[in-house]
Amino acid sequence: MAKLTFLGGIHPYDGKDLSKDKPISDVTPGGVLVYPLSQHIGAPAEAIVAKGDRVLVGQKIADAGGFVSVPIHASVSGTVKGIEPRRVATGDMVTSIVVENDGLYEETEFCPPGKGLDELGREEIINAIREAGIVGMGGAGFPTHVKLSPKEPDKIEYVIANCAECEPYLTSDYRRMLEDTEKLVGGLKVILKLFPNARGILAVEDNKPDCIARLRQATQEDGRISVKALKTKYPQGGERQLIYAVTDRRINSKMLPADVGCVVNNVDTIVAIYRAVTEGRPLMERIVTVTGDAVVNPANFRVRIGTGYDEILAAAGGFKGEPEKIICGGPMMGFAMFGLNVPSTKTATALLALSKDQVSAMEPGPCINCGRCVEVCPGRIIPSRLADYAAHFDEDGFVENYGMECCECGCCSFVCPARRPLTQQIKSMRKLQLAKRKK
Amino acid sequence: MSELYKVSSNPHIRSKVTISGLMLAVIIALMPAAGFGIYNFGSRALVVILVTVGSTVATEVLFGLYRKKMTVTDLSAVVTGLLLALNLPVTIPLWMAVLGGVFAILVVKLLFGGLGQNFMNPALGARCFLLLSFPGAMTAFDCDAYSGATPLAALKAGEQVNVLDMFTGRVSGTIGETSVLALLAGACLLLALGVIDLRIPGSYIATFTLFVILFGGRGTEPAYLAAQLSGGGLMLGAFFMATDYVTRPITVKGQYVFGVILGLLTGIFRIFGPGAEGVSYAIILGNLLVPLIEKYTKPKAFGYRKGGKRLEREK
Repeated sequence: MAKLTFLGGIHPYDGKDLSKDKPISDVTPGGVLVYPLSQHIGAPAEAIVAKGDRVLVGQKIADAGGFVSVPIHASVSGTVKGIEPRRVATGDMVTSIVVENDGLYEETEFCPPGKGLDELGREEIINAIREAGIVGMGGAGFPTHVKLSPKEPDKIEYVIANCAECEPYLTSDYRRMLEDTEKLVGGLKVILKLFPNARGILAVEDNKPDCIARLRQATQEDGRISVKALKTKYPQGGERQLIYAVTDRRINSKMLPADVGCVVNNVDTIVAIYRAVTEGRPLMERIVTVTGDAVVNPANFRVRIGTGYDEILAAAGGFKGEPEKIICGGPMMGFAMFGLNVPSTKTATALLALSKDQVSAMEPGPCINCGRCVEVCPGRIIPSRLADYAAHFDEDGFVENYGMECCECGCCSFVCPARRPLTQQIKSMRKLQLAKRKK
Repeated sequence: MSELYKVSSNPHIRSKVTISGLMLAVIIALMPAAGFGIYNFGSRALVVILVTVGSTVATEVLFGLYRKKMTVTDLSAVVTGLLLALNLPVTIPLWMAVLGGVFAILVVKLLFGGLGQNFMNPALGARCFLLLSFPGAMTAFDCDAYSGATPLAALKAGEQVNVLDMFTGRVSGTIGETSVLALLAGACLLLALGVIDLRIPGSYIATFTLFVILFGGRGTEPAYLAAQLSGGGLMLGAFFMATDYVTRPITVKGQYVFGVILGLLTGIFRIFGPGAEGVSYAIILGNLLVPLIEKYTKPKAFGYRKGGKRLEREK
């Protein structure tokens, strides 16, 4: 049965003490908010407003550009200044809707369903989730309504709430679990409504005993929902690792969780589902942890999506000293940002500022075959050899030796005593192979 | 954009373990054995150690100057020199020790591409080179402290040996191999620090013990088994040389297979071979089999069944 952990993994310095005890507070957005039309996996959204239009909080400003796509909503009231390419956190230029904030936060009329959860049908729930523009908010950004529409919903046995939050430094899910326990449990109940044969599991790492206690208390009346305490280890919150820890079922890169009867959603996503289905409120805000040794007051913020990172940082008191590296997300899987003058998106879990960049300070040495990467790899592959295949551009060797099974968690690069950029090499080759397959 | 910060691919943090840190741990772990060697054989043991380490380090430095890439700071040359010295008899002519050091670093390691590229353990490669070139000097275990054969040779000749002396190391042999106690102390340090694990030493020693029980001709006689386990370079080889990262399989299953092969080879060499000792040759031969072992012990990725088929949805 469930082992509550997985094979491999690492224990990096977790840095959560910096921000874990800071209650969620609001960030006042600046004068201009930017909504990139592509902040999810799938087709970009299509703008349905024009320059000069007045928009309200919660108003749909872009509609889904296909089935695997979601609409985007304004998070402030104001005037559309334009629809133009803007720089986003990854460094790309993405067509974005730019809204001038009038500071009134005038809300559009939300349409709650007007009936209880029990009376809602499957279609109504999925519709509400799609219309609310909800995507996986743990970082991947996969449209949630697609995830919740497997071919055979009756065969889903487990709905897993990913409350692991295994990334170092991140505390946004932790705060959500403590402060919005009812909404989280309520959201899980909404999802369970879609899957009549499923049990709900809140999977929390055991370094958050307060969350476990609170969630147990909130779910003790409900026979369908249970709380599981997982061993604390990175990347426990990786989808494949989480499913294995909770259900003892294994999936590989070519399978979906639904293939083994599982559906996995992140904490913030489930809260968004709850608000969309019961209150009719679209996804307009998320929790962002601002932390790192270069931040004056590390904190957890409720951010109106579209707010600039510079404004979010200002709310945390700005930098102390000059940081070397700014990361969107956690230190293991987040990506480094060129600058702060970019908008937050639906998938922005954290803003991490480090005063020293460990990576640029070191020189890669020769591989001594120590096998540490093999020990820690949750995909049970041989990272050092795969990096070699990638470096020598041996595509067949890479694929035959399970290179495509890499989940890019970064454990191999983390432990490598020779400081080799294993994850980076494997990741580049994977991207290339994935692009080739699409052709 | 106005500000530009440093950008690199994930992950953005690294563990504190470095190559030189690992090498330093091995050096420290070898100190009890080296110290006991000096205590057991006298100050000439210290001279042999210093000369051998000096020669390996000097070779690495000179080659580094020639190739304009200084690699001596990774401390691997010190480890190689130290291991080689511990594998030499105390009476070895110093020029032979120097020759061994140069051979280990230059021929076995650097000419094959440097650290990480050598296919056999440099120290053992040099020891076998010396053993074949100068068999007399390499097996001259008569010294000030001891005269006569090593315990293993005596054992093979059917004589009685003192097992307690063999365990503490008050016997004849190469500088660093005699004291099981000192070697195990160092091995425990490496195990505790996570530098090595028990896969290879465990399967090696277990297989060897089984082999000796079956073919040693003395069954499970405790004194005989204890003498076989304590004698020769078994402990030094199993914990410090068979576990050499570069020349052992990287796959977990392969490491067990490697250990079993070493156990079998050591048993064959010791019991059926002409000499009393066989650890060095066993490990070197094992090193050569590593690519083959890895090929047949390739792990299946997570989510795949044996045979490489991916798991399908249960119907």
